[in-house]
Parts: sequence; C-alpha cells; structure tokens
Amino acid sequence: MSGVSRTIALVRKEFRQLLRDRSNLLIGIVLPIALILIFGFGLSLDVRDVRLVVALEDASPQAHDVVAALDGSTYLRTTVVRSYAEAYRTMQAHEADALVYLPGDFARRMAAGDARVQLLLQGGDPTRAAGIGSYVEGALAIAAAKRQDRVGAASHAVAGGGVAVVDRMWFNAANTSTWYLVPGLIVLVMTLVGTFLTALVMAREWERGTLEALFVTPVRPTEVLLAKIVPYFLVGLAGLGMCLLAARLLFSVPMQGSLAVLLAISMLYMIVSLGIGLLISALTRNQFLASQIAILASFLPAVMLSGFIFDLGNVPTAVSVIGHLLPATYFMEVVKTLFLAGTYWPLVLRNGAILALYAVALLALARAATRKRLD
Amino acid sequence: MIDYLRRLLNLCRNEFLVVLKDPANRVILLVPVILQTLLFGYGATFDLNDVPYAVLDQSRGEQSQRLLARLDGTGVFHRVATLQSSGQIAEAIVSGDALLVLHFAPDFDSRLGGQGGAPLQVVLDGRNSTTAGSAAGQVRAVVAAFNATLPGAGTAAISLESRAWFNPNLETRWNIVPGLIASLSMIQVMMLAALSVAREREQGTFDQLLVTPVSPSQIMIGKALPAIAIGLLQSSVVLLIARSWFGIPMAGSVATLATGLLLFTMAVVGIGLSISALSANMQQAMLYTFVLLVPLVLLSGLATPVRNMPEAFQIATYANPLRFAIDIARRVYLEGATLSEVWRDFIPFLCVAAITLPLAAWLFRHRLV
Repeated sequence: MSGVSRTIALVRKEFRQLLRDRSNLLIGIVLPIALILIFGFGLSLDVRDVRLVVALEDASPQAHDVVAALDGSTYLRTTVVRSYAEAYRTMQAHEADALVYLPGDFARRMAAGDARVQLLLQGGDPTRAAGIGSYVEGALAIAAAKRQDRVGAASHAVAGGGVAVVDRMWFNAANTSTWYLVPGLIVLVMTLVGTFLTALVMAREWERGTLEALFVTPVRPTEVLLAKIVPYFLVGLAGLGMCLLAARLLFSVPMQGSLAVLLAISMLYMIVSLGIGLLISALTRNQFLASQIAILASFLPAVMLSGFIFDLGNVPTAVSVIGHLLPATYFMEVVKTLFLAGTYWPLVLRNGAILALYAVALLALARAATRKRLD
Repeated sequence: MIDYLRRLLNLCRNEFLVVLKDPANRVILLVPVILQTLLFGYGATFDLNDVPYAVLDQSRGEQSQRLLARLDGTGVFHRVATLQSSGQIAEAIVSGDALLVLHFAPDFDSRLGGQGGAPLQVVLDGRNSTTAGSAAGQVRAVVAAFNATLPGAGTAAISLESRAWFNPNLETRWNIVPGLIASLSMIQVMMLAALSVAREREQGTFDQLLVTPVSPSQIMIGKALPAIAIGLLQSSVVLLIARSWFGIPMAGSVATLATGLLLFTMAVVGIGLSISALSANMQQAMLYTFVLLVPLVLLSGLATPVRNMPEAFQIATYANPLRFAIDIARRVYLEGATLSEVWRDFIPFLCVAAITLPLAAWLFRHRLV
C-alpha cells in the first residue's frame, strides 16, 4: 500500500470517528453559532442607555438649559428629582449609573463665571463611568454654547473662537464594538477547533493507547498526524465560513480587504492552531491535562491577550510581550485590518511570515513528540 | 449514621487522591490560577495610557505648537510621526503606527478667535472603536483646557467636578480582578466535577461503585465536596493576589464573600456533576462542559457589562450563576456591600444547586446509555 492511499484511508477513518460522536460537532458547529450570536447581539462595549439622575435644586433657566442638554443626549436616560438626598438614594440603590447635581446657587455662580456641576459615577464599572463622564461633559458644553448664543453676538465671537475638535472615526463608521468583535470571532472559533478540540481528541487516543495500536501498523507517524489534521482543518474552515456569512449577512460588517487573502491567512492560522493542539496532546498524553492546557494556553489568551477585547497598546510591556508571543495576536491584527481597513500588504506579509514560521516550528515539534515509542 | 459518615469520608478521600495524586494535576490546579490573575490583572485594561499620534501641521503657526505641547505634557500622548502631506495620513493610520492623526489646516492660526473657531481635524483608527473613542475624549479634554487659556474664554464655561464611587481613578483592574475571584475557579471546578463520574464510567469503576452499599446521594456528596474545596481554595488564592499583590482595597467582609462563593461553587459543582452523569466518557464530559462554560463566562459581565446586553440576553443571564457571583465579588469587595444587600444574589445559586445536585444523584442510576 502506498503512502498516499494509506493516508487517504486514514483520513476517511478519522472523518468517521469525528462524525460518530456528536459531542465533537458541538464544538465544531454549535459553539461557533452560539459565539456568533453572543458576540454579535449580546456583547457590547458601547456605553448606551445610561440611567442618569439629576438633582435639580435650582429653578433658574440656566439650570434648565443644562437639564435640557442632558435630556437631549441620545445616550442618557435622564430622570430629574428635586433634592440631592433623593438622587443620592437612587445611586445607593444602584438604580442610577450617574448623578448630576445642580446646586441652588448654580445660576448665581454661573453669572459670576464660576459655575460648578458635580457628577457622581458608579466606579464599579470604570469603562462605563469614563464614557458617561465624557457624555455629560459634552452635554454641558452644548448648554454653555447655547447660553452664549442668547447672551449676544459680541461675546459669541470671542468664546466661539476656540479650537473645535472635528473627529472622524476611520474604519468604523458605525462606531460600534460589534464591528471589531465579529471579525475577532473568527480567531476564536479557529482556535477552539484547532487547539482545543484537536488536543482533546488526540490526548484521548494517547491515553487509551489507540495511537500505539496504529503505530504497530506500517503507517508512519507523519501520515497519522496528517490524517488527524485534515478533518479538523475542514471543520475549522466550516467555522470560518459561518463567521464570514454572519459578519456579512447578519451584522453587515464591511469587508474592505480581499477575501482571498483572508482565506489564505486563515488557513495558515488553522495549521498553527492545529500544531499547538497536536503538540499539547503529544506532550501531556492525558485528557484532563490536555484540556486544561489547551484552554489556558490558547483559548483564554486568545480572548484576553490577543487584542480582541482589550487593546494591546494599553497594557504593560511584559504583558504586551506575552501577547506578542501568541500567534493569535498576529492573526487578529490581519483579520481586523482586512475587514475594516483593507488589504494592507506590509502587515499581511509580515504577519503571514510570522504565522508561517510558527506553523513550521509547531508541526516539527509535534512530529518530534509523536515518535513511535512505548512507555 | 456513623457508617454513613465513614463511607462519605472514604469517598471524599478517594476523590481527593484521584485528583491530587498526579503532580502534574496539582500544578495545573494552582499555577494557572496565579498566572492568569497576574496576566489579566495587568493585561485586561481599557485604561488608555499610551496614545501614539502623528501630526500634519499645515498652519506651521504658534498656536498649533502650543496645543501640541499641551498634548505631549499629558504623558499619555506621544508623537511618532510628523507628516508632510494629507496623502500620508492613510499610511500612518492603516499601518497601526499612529492611533490618531491631528490635522491643522493652513488657516488654523488665523481662524482661531474668529467666528466659528478653528477646526482641528482628528482622524482616528476605528479598528478598535473603544480605544479610539476614549482617545478622542482625551483629545477633547486637552483642547477644552487649551481653549480656556485663550483670551476672552471662560466667562460662561461650566466646570464639571467628577467623582467616581468605589474606584476613584477608574482603573479597569479594580473591576476585572474581583471578577476573577469567581470566574477562574469556576472554569476548573466545573471541569473537575464533570470529569469525576465520567472518568469512572470510562474506566468501568463506576458500575462497581454502584453495586457497593453506598447510596447515590453519598456518591454525589463524596464527589461534590472535594471539588467545592478546591474551588474555594482557588478563589482564596485570587483574593490574596488582589489584596496583597495588586493592593486593591477590600471594603467588605471576607465572611460575606466566602458565603456567596460557597453557594456559588455548590451550584457550579452541581452543573458539573449533572454533565458528568449524562456523559458516556471523559471526552464528552469535557466538550459539554466547555460548550456550556464559554457562554457562561462571556455573558457574565466579566469583560463586557451585563447592562449593555439586549433585554433577552439580560433575562437569560438570570440562569447564569457566574453573573451573580461576579456581582457579589465586586460589590462586596469594592463597595463593601453587606449580607443584607447581596442576599438576593444567592437565590440563583440555591435554585441551580437545588436542581442540579439531586438531578446528578438521580442520573447516576437512571442514565440511559
């Protein structure tokens, strides 16, 4: 029997094995769908729907201007109460995310040029708190500008003459986190199938000795590995296909770059991911250990450290170095750029080369760890 | 009664031995918890403390330099490139070298102080819109401070005094690390519980156990207690790191937190054991657990707030014990919430435990293979 037909026969066997246990399809098909729905619809880092309570102790038109401006913000849901004590209780009961306090002397101090507004935030969620802070700041600036308008054109020329920030968000015209979370999902799904599922299935074979049974036949370890890789490679690509369709049809995330480049780099990452899975299983040869290491070494870092949710630009150097040791980080960068910015060749080539190096090194290591040995 | 307890004790000891006799297992139950707490404590941050930017200054005036000096003075912004033409903006942003480009038009100085003011164009890299949004906020804050120094400004400005409760500097770490006290242990404890019965099924020892005089409820408790103990130990390790390594001040009582975590871990173990009782082998148990764990962690509020989720998802999270465990951990740890304030969060734990633990015991004998 030649090497090729032997490999084909092995691949067919692996496919049957994969399809027979429905729990494998859970990871390969059901989990990606669940992830798409959760990431696309469920998770959002955008600060919206803020419950703001305003303690309005000043009945002046100036104070009402401020309330109107806060009310006008589409992000804030404003409730007005008459006393600070009442508003404070709302905050304490966690029924409000923020409290704006307009004290009784607000109008008088505003005339004196020393108007102060106090803002209390629930710091338990700092991201949200910071977002709310800038919304309130923006609303106050609008209120101040309106006041200026009414005071007259003379002062308008002076105070209206400052620097006006005009910002333009490139690559994310909708300014929504869904646009970067959904492309990131591709990385997650491929890591799950490639590393977690593969490590688990292979570790089981090591633990039960079924791989050794294969080794007493004339098949070479390379052929065994190859046959193991092919079905999971295809399952991973199926996951990729689902993510692409969902990004396009369900969430209308624009695809600026070339689809062919995205497919090519995804296949490359799939090999890297499979390599990690094979290596973990060959080194541990134990299902529990393999599953734990696969989660710890691939899945969690792919979520937390690849720049998926948390930006690597913000982290301390040591963590950034660890992040940059992960292949997922390089893949993530390319995927986001291809989706949102376009095909930027220097980045594609650089990260593609890094991923190719990882692929070669990991497969060689996995091959070395899969020697025919009985111990 | 004595007999009952003695059997239970033996079962527990056996379970501990199975899990802990392998040195690799002992390592995997402790080291990753420590590493992840450190890694995520440092790495999981939305705090913006380094903004690389590029400048295209066509005004070449004095005012733009003054504004830039203010920007550099924040310590957050640092200039990576000085562009010569607007054609270079795209390259600076797409390559990822600069998070934002500040574009001063040729007439910047002359329009400053005039009708409508001088526009400063800020181009942001929206590939991560959260980071870009907070960078834009910081630019606006610097510009507002700059405007206040211009002649004639400040007469009608309203100054905002912000104060954040429980987290004065609004550090993401203060939010993430207390959340890890519950999340990290859950991941491993549920897996441990799920494997406990499945392992014996796979090795054929479970049938032997069933024909001995021990009752299914004894088996259930014998399997549950060691997993609960390991989970609480892991939580304690994270708590210790949060307090002594990161120095996040703990406002509430350890006893309240521990009570919540104990009930939470019981619910987690109950889910794990039910999965275990349903699975034919270890691989199935692990896959089922994992498929369940991923949504539980993602929809827990650990990284993205529950309040940002759509209504339907928010309702679904009532079935997620982790959501309430994280809520308890954060409120007790950061806000000093007392038992009377958080006891409602215990209800989901009790419900889940009351359903899953007896279910697991029942499934031991009644599973249809």
